[in-house]
Amino acid sequence: MIASAKLQAQHVWKIFGGQREAEVVAVQDLSLHVGVNEFVSLVGPSGCGKSTFLMMAAGLESISAGDIWIDGKPITGPGADRGMVFQSYTLFPWLSVEENIRFALKKSNLPRREQDALVREHIQLVGLGGFERAYPNQLSGGMRQRVAIARALVYKPEMLLMDEPFGALDAQTRLQMQELLLAVWQAHRTTVLFVTHDVEEALLLSDRIYVMTARPGRIKAEVVVDLARPRTLLDTESDPHFAALRRQVLTLIREEAQRAAASGEFIGAT
Amino acid sequence: MSSSVPPQRPAALRRQPVRLLELRREIPRRWYVSAGVGFIALFLIAWIALTAGQWVSPIFLPSPLAVLAELRSQAASGVLWQDLWASVYRIMVGWVLSTVLAVPIGVLMGNFRFFEGLFEPFIDLVRYMPAVAFVPLTILWLGVGDAQKFAILFIGVFFQQVLMIMDNVKTVPREMIQVSYTFGLSQWEILRSVILPAAMPGVWDTFRITVGWAWTYLVVAELVAANVGLGYRIMRAQRFLETDQIILGILIIGLLGLFTDYLFKWSYRRLFPWALQSR
Repeated sequence: MIASAKLQAQHVWKIFGGQREAEVVAVQDLSLHVGVNEFVSLVGPSGCGKSTFLMMAAGLESISAGDIWIDGKPITGPGADRGMVFQSYTLFPWLSVEENIRFALKKSNLPRREQDALVREHIQLVGLGGFERAYPNQLSGGMRQRVAIARALVYKPEMLLMDEPFGALDAQTRLQMQELLLAVWQAHRTTVLFVTHDVEEALLLSDRIYVMTARPGRIKAEVVVDLARPRTLLDTESDPHFAALRRQVLTLIREEAQRAAASGEFIGAT
Repeated sequence: MSSSVPPQRPAALRRQPVRLLELRREIPRRWYVSAGVGFIALFLIAWIALTAGQWVSPIFLPSPLAVLAELRSQAASGVLWQDLWASVYRIMVGWVLSTVLAVPIGVLMGNFRFFEGLFEPFIDLVRYMPAVAFVPLTILWLGVGDAQKFAILFIGVFFQQVLMIMDNVKTVPREMIQVSYTFGLSQWEILRSVILPAAMPGVWDTFRITVGWAWTYLVVAELVAANVGLGYRIMRAQRFLETDQIILGILIIGLLGLFTDYLFKWSYRRLFPWALQSR
């Protein structure tokens, strides 16, 4: 076991179905680790099982075989030590922005005044000052994901699990959100496991990237993103080394997509 | 060249012709409203014309004036108010009994596959049984009092209502529940503070629809062994061929149904402004 790892997975399998249904191997013998305060991305073709792995790490999906540890303790279920941001909007529509963020502090037992201070601080952090009393149906998609990020950070989980959090946003908004996440993470380092199929996004944000194979998902390659920090969208993406890394990762993914197409396997949505 | 002078708004805008019949096209509100009012007016005019011109015998179709006169006499004698109260009371109790059971059972069925498996086959079996056919049985079991009326309304409403509430609960997105687990909440806390509030607007709509059904079952409930009530008045009038009373009863039930429907729609907008589409 790697001593400095926040999250470690060893020989993890996920097999759906069985008994009377046909078995589907979603994740095959997957091993990886995420260091303390490290930003790690999991990229791969659609349907490769990267989201399934994230759900297992969150404790929301059972593990068929193998183990995932957080701080050396095996995962047995979901818990407040792992914050999660989903692709779809998971805000509570009957609560205002403020109340949505405060909801995550329900089990914190903090006095009301400290809760208020934390909520206010995190609203500022994601740039939503002035929208405290707005309801989700009054917000744009990008603003809703800002609230979701603030809500996942406010109770100070040990690590963040993000499942294509910007996947449903338009291209312009996605860039803004990537910059926002970059700034937030660089200011408040925390451990992040980030699932995406957007290679540029993974390179911009991550310290390391795991590239997965097509289904059944295994780790195909590990790429260290040795780009200088602090990074910004414009400077980092115009760095020649960024282009080289991008080419390397895209080639790996394309190999997988072609292999999957050649073997005639159905590639569904993630 | 980009000028710094803001462009002047044109004084006259192009007039857009009104197109009433175009796929999915919005039409002016006054057209929308007057079409609906006009259709009802047309219906009334046809009624007046048919009766005033002596085209049909008053036995088959009494004139609107005859119905109005019947309303006045019933209101004056107090029969109308007795009937109204008896029926409203039966509907309220019957519907509330059904709802008080349907909500917890529907919530359990929508959240736990076990309860869905436990109750659904039975409910599916009963819900296609005609409520009218239970009239003799309920009289045998419960007598001829109000309890029997409540039972018929219950049978008519409950078995559909519980399935609708199950569906309302199931529409709460799975991710909303999953994210709540990551805040450290237990499944009972999630049920109470996430699933129930999230399902409430849908459940409220189910309430609106099922109260409407209760109104339509009223006549069935007051079919036999009643001596007061709007449904009873219609059944009695049938025996004496008093068509003006029948039409009056039907109109009153229709209007009361419309009124409760409106009440639920209005309170929905008050209670759940967050569920309305604001863009």
